[in-house]
Amino acid sequence: MTGMLTVHDPRGYPPVVQGKRLAQRLESLNGKTVYLVDCLFDNSAVFMAQMREWFAQNLPQVKLKDIQPRESWVDDPDMRAKVVAGGDAAILGVGL
Amino acid sequence: MGLALALENAGVPAIAIHTHVFARLAKSVAMANGMPTARQAFVPQPLVDKSAADLRAYIEGVDPVSKRPFMQEVIEALTAPLSAADLKGMGFERSTPRLLPPDSEDNLHRMFMENNWTDFLPIVLPTEERVEAMLKGTSQPRDKIVGRLRPTDFREDWEFDVEKVAVNAVMAGAKPEYLPVILAMASSGLTARSSSTTSFAAFGVVNGPIRNEIGMNSGIGAMGPYNHANMTIGRAWNLLSQNLQGGSTPGETYMGTLGNYFAISGCFAENEESSPWEPLHMRYGFKREESAVTVFRGGRYMQSGFGPREDWEDKLRRCFAACEARQSPLFVMDPIVARLYEEKGFNKQKLIEWCAENARLPAKEYWNEMWVQTLIHPKAVAGVEPYASYLKAAPDEMLKLYEPAEINIVVTGGETQGAWRIFEGVRMKDCTVSIDKWR
Repeated sequence: MTGMLTVHDPRGYPPVVQGKRLAQRLESLNGKTVYLVDCLFDNSAVFMAQMREWFAQNLPQVKLKDIQPRESWVDDPDMRAKVVAGGDAAILGVGL
Repeated sequence: MGLALALENAGVPAIAIHTHVFARLAKSVAMANGMPTARQAFVPQPLVDKSAADLRAYIEGVDPVSKRPFMQEVIEALTAPLSAADLKGMGFERSTPRLLPPDSEDNLHRMFMENNWTDFLPIVLPTEERVEAMLKGTSQPRDKIVGRLRPTDFREDWEFDVEKVAVNAVMAGAKPEYLPVILAMASSGLTARSSSTTSFAAFGVVNGPIRNEIGMNSGIGAMGPYNHANMTIGRAWNLLSQNLQGGSTPGETYMGTLGNYFAISGCFAENEESSPWEPLHMRYGFKREESAVTVFRGGRYMQSGFGPREDWEDKLRRCFAACEARQSPLFVMDPIVARLYEEKGFNKQKLIEWCAENARLPAKEYWNEMWVQTLIHPKAVAGVEPYASYLKAAPDEMLKLYEPAEINIVVTGGETQGAWRIFEGVRMKDCTVSIDKWR
């Protein structure tokens, strides 16, 4: 009990993380196309609808487009491609 | 979060909105993806059951994390100039050592607990000698890669080899002869420690000769805690899941609000000798003489009963209606129950088909379930059948909850009672795994 023990580290091997830069920001949202991405969590559609109303009332110059992935928790490359091709920015909500 | 990071990579400025309880998790996900300054804004938890007016108040209110006006956060996230840190991101290596610095037994136990490497029950310290002894339980080389795990889809995969699995098996108190079962579970690709807010756990059902070779219990008390092999194999899978995937720490890599006792240890064997039916692994292409483990996600809802009695059909219909749609059931029954169904003219497949046909819910209740709203509704809108037709159903139309392929039956127990349970057990794709290949 008084001796020193050498034991194994129980953790796995994490991947090397490569640093990545953020995309260039916009000077303003005026006249720009912003995708509102509903991530399909419980009640997120209602939240995003309210976000749309807020923009309509406060920043009506912003062009909004609604979009959803084909299902929750699953990457949707087609949807991503649409946002990249047609969007200047994206707001995603709500949830991971 | 993953989508926001992918959009940033593609040159589209993005902001991800979360509820405030996810602040630590969102930060650590951004960090692990090399983009620690990825833009995020937060609203109060919860969103569920909140009215449109409540949610509008969130939008017009203050971000509970930054304490700044929420919409100011959102707009500035997309328009404010980037800093040097934003332009660079942050790359790093997080190597884990093979051995820890020597220390006293007490200090090591304390360190393992403080690092969240245990389940807060006593562990066996993985000394070099003990790990060497454990490795004798397999013929596989210690550096063979077993698999990769992560606590949830949007996190990064961590990799592990045979030795790392053996280390966690030692910690769980397992014997070397259990190692092939533990390696098979580890190789399944299913973590036993998902970070899901819904607190699902995972468990394994062992079939084949290895059950008896290592002394697993499929008799009295089969589902625990009355057998060393059953308990330590299930515990090892949970410990290795949390440690080999990069953690299962509340608020960071674990978000299950209620937690789940299945996440301590969930492993049992089928009582193949007393069952009138083919064992579970034969449904998935294995021979009776082969050993395999089937891993299931679930362990949240549970129904129970005895019999079948005279009113068994009504009872089962009530039970299935109380199960969660989409989260398919595992029907576990004592051999007495299986034989009584056999006497009624049911083989296993026929009983599964009866269950699938009779597990139904009125459309109005079906479409109000969280899982259905989240996972099935988008498919229905996209025209995927049968869900698209379900959307057109009248409110009182009874909709099927599961397909036969989603329902499994396992016979276990010691014949002291004609007892059965129906509990959440979603068999993930390709998750009946050979144990023999890990011997």
